Amino acid sequence: MNVALVPLVGYLLLTLLLAIWAQRQAGKGAGRSFIEEYFIGGRTMGGFVLAMTIIASYTSASSFVGGPGVAYKLGLGWVLLAMIQVPTTFLTLGVLGKRFAILGRRIHAVTITDFLYARYRSDAIVILCSLAVLVFFAASMVAQFIGGARVFQAVTGYPYEVGLALFGVTVVVYTAVGGFRAVAVTDALQGVVMLIASVVILFAVVRAGGGMEQCIQTLKGIDPGLITPSGAGGSIPAPMLFSFWILVGLGILGLPQTTQRCFGYRDSRSMHDAMIMGTLIIGFLLLFMHLSGVLGRAVMPGLTSGDLIIPSLILELLPPFWAGVFVAGPLAAIMSTVDTMLLLVSASIIKDLYVRYRLGNDESKISARKIGRMSFICTLVVGVLVFLASFDPPDLLVWINLFAFGGLEAVFLWPIVLGMYWKSANATGALCSMAAGVVAFVLLSVFHVPLGGVHAIVPTCVISLIAFWLGNRLGNPVPAEVTKLFWED
Amino acid sequence: MRGAFRQADREALITLGLYVFFFVWWTVFAFVLGAGDPEEYSYVFGLPAWFFYSCVLGYPVMTLILWIVVRRFFADIPLDEAKKQNDDEEKKA
Repeated sequence: MNVALVPLVGYLLLTLLLAIWAQRQAGKGAGRSFIEEYFIGGRTMGGFVLAMTIIASYTSASSFVGGPGVAYKLGLGWVLLAMIQVPTTFLTLGVLGKRFAILGRRIHAVTITDFLYARYRSDAIVILCSLAVLVFFAASMVAQFIGGARVFQAVTGYPYEVGLALFGVTVVVYTAVGGFRAVAVTDALQGVVMLIASVVILFAVVRAGGGMEQCIQTLKGIDPGLITPSGAGGSIPAPMLFSFWILVGLGILGLPQTTQRCFGYRDSRSMHDAMIMGTLIIGFLLLFMHLSGVLGRAVMPGLTSGDLIIPSLILELLPPFWAGVFVAGPLAAIMSTVDTMLLLVSASIIKDLYVRYRLGNDESKISARKIGRMSFICTLVVGVLVFLASFDPPDLLVWINLFAFGGLEAVFLWPIVLGMYWKSANATGALCSMAAGVVAFVLLSVFHVPLGGVHAIVPTCVISLIAFWLGNRLGNPVPAEVTKLFWED
Repeated sequence: MRGAFRQADREALITLGLYVFFFVWWTVFAFVLGAGDPEEYSYVFGLPAWFFYSCVLGYPVMTLILWIVVRRFFADIPLDEAKKQNDDEEKKA
């Protein structure tokens, strides 16, 4: 038996145990509705867990495998680009946090769709949001699973399917059983594992390359572009670099998987702590992982695919047992993204669709036991479907995944931000913005419309903003009760 | 609860201010020190100076500033409605 497998299986068991423990804690929060318990953990997250769960759901295969892979090819310029994501936690919490927390409690919201319905009172918005969440999250989850299984294969030498089965089953089971509490607590554990793994990997690379100075000089010898902000051969032009301040900068205010966290923390103090800790931790992770990718070029210059750099470094530089421990880093990044999306898809089906339309938005019409069983089965079924799709991924899902990140922003960004900060924003405006945004983004990306290096998300945000404003002029004024609900304290 | 939203909005503005600060820090160090010929770069701890200041130093500085600003200007406002209001809502629900 491969010795790398031992710590890995141990780690997976640990996440399962932690999830069961977290689920037991849920019983103590009596008096809350089942839905608020299962899908948002009774709004009890403290600062550290809040910071970790935002970071862990945000950082995925792309931060641990794909990103360092590009950094391997393009150099320090790509690390510079990755560091644009440092404000993720404090921006999300600082801009949306307190209003979301107060309003979430006031309207009993557990999903972003809940929030948007309360604000715009439109069924069309609920349907569109649910559809966006289902389609984009399904595609992203499959992509994450594929990434994880490939890393597993590269490090352990076992077939793709074995890896997929191991961590796929783990993540689906703990999410279905433990709900939000399990997701949040395992996210915290996984965040810590990611942190430790990133330190060990970077340290190993620097040592193998003969020290930092030597590594950088070796890179300069390979291609001086590798140590400039514009990348090898000027491959990161300034318009592209600055576009990322929208795509992974301000645009993250439109990502349901991170913004939803703002409903779930205990008190102001938790939020303040999370803003501070979250910034330090995510900066640390992004820097260490991407820098490892760049410096890896000095140690292993001949890789055919950049995506292999992190698995290869783990495999080459660490003893087999420790390779098994630290491959848990990328797997943790992947599992902590999938668990969040899985639970949100389930929340979308149960809360946004079933409870809203079959029960008239009143979950007390059926017993807590029944709704509990339904939520569990729903999470499980969605998880199993995603898991099965990852064995032989349909081209369509792989294709959709290319638009998932920007697509979610195109749908959710303006309806969330303007819904909260523009009193006159109405449903027609929000609908126009969503439709125009997603159509513009897909068309601009599919047809590779030349934009002089600017990413498609930038014109998309402008178009969806204009569409919002135009639609808003046609729509009905905001009802007085909504204004009262959202602006009167 | 009076003024909770006003306080929240003030904090959102402060956050955007901090965001702009980080943007400026990141841009200025990367593009002022990083411009020009890599042969003439200066180095800090073996890393190019532009990279050190922009990427390695940037986020700890940001964390420190956040710590000061959040502790000084962010208020501990209650997130739950007043008890009475809560009960009313539950009766309605």
